[in-house]
Amino acid sequence: MALSNRPLSPHLQIYRPQLTSVLSITHRATGVALTLGLLLLVYWLLALAAGPESYSSARELLASWIGKVVLFGFSFALFYHLCNGIRHLFWDAGWGFDLSSTYASGWAVVAVSAALTALTWIVALS
Amino acid sequence: MKKFRTPLKQVRGLGSAQDGTHHWWLQRVTAAALVPLSLWFVASIVSMSDADYVSVVTWLRSPLVTVLLLCFIWALFHHAQLGVQVVLEDYVHSEWIKIASIVAMKFASVVLGLASAVAVLKVSLGG
Repeated sequence: MALSNRPLSPHLQIYRPQLTSVLSITHRATGVALTLGLLLLVYWLLALAAGPESYSSARELLASWIGKVVLFGFSFALFYHLCNGIRHLFWDAGWGFDLSSTYASGWAVVAVSAALTALTWIVALS
Repeated sequence: MKKFRTPLKQVRGLGSAQDGTHHWWLQRVTAAALVPLSLWFVASIVSMSDADYVSVVTWLRSPLVTVLLLCFIWALFHHAQLGVQVVLEDYVHSEWIKIASIVAMKFASVVLGLASAVAVLKVSLGG
């Protein structure tokens, strides 16, 4: 069994961060963060189901400055995970695997998720 | 003893985990569903950013919105628990803690997902 010939994952302490590796771990980190963010969605829906009083206190909490900061973070995490997820689906279909396409799609994910986050908050706060 | 089967035998068909590509495939299917659903949800929330209780309830009571919200909740929780399962499998090295944390996480996602769905149905169908 030639197990020693299997590829090794990079040794993180000595491996220079690159766009590809940073976007990859950010995809996982935003996925975990968004899973925790589901608690906020559950809270919002339960508050709505419990009636007008609990809904208005939930709304007050989410509209406070700390609520807005948290929601801003989740909105960027969602758009990032969404855009990079589409990038993953193209890879799964066998497209865009060469180095130059990987970098181009990576920068596109950064730009589009930042633009969608900005657009969302411009519309929400106007 | 010499092994006569090649390693390929272990990954063919259902693979060594006897699960094949089921997990991988469902992660992709729920991801594809979540692309339009999450864009729709964010757009709806943003357009209701200064809406009061009554207008949010009116919005949710539309049958189309109720069905789309239930689809969104189902796909969200399914996708999230598939993803967190992989993270736990990668980073938790003690076998017992790994299995216990995966089972606890799956139970929690079922409870929270059903609670969300019941909340939507209560608003949608309640008097």
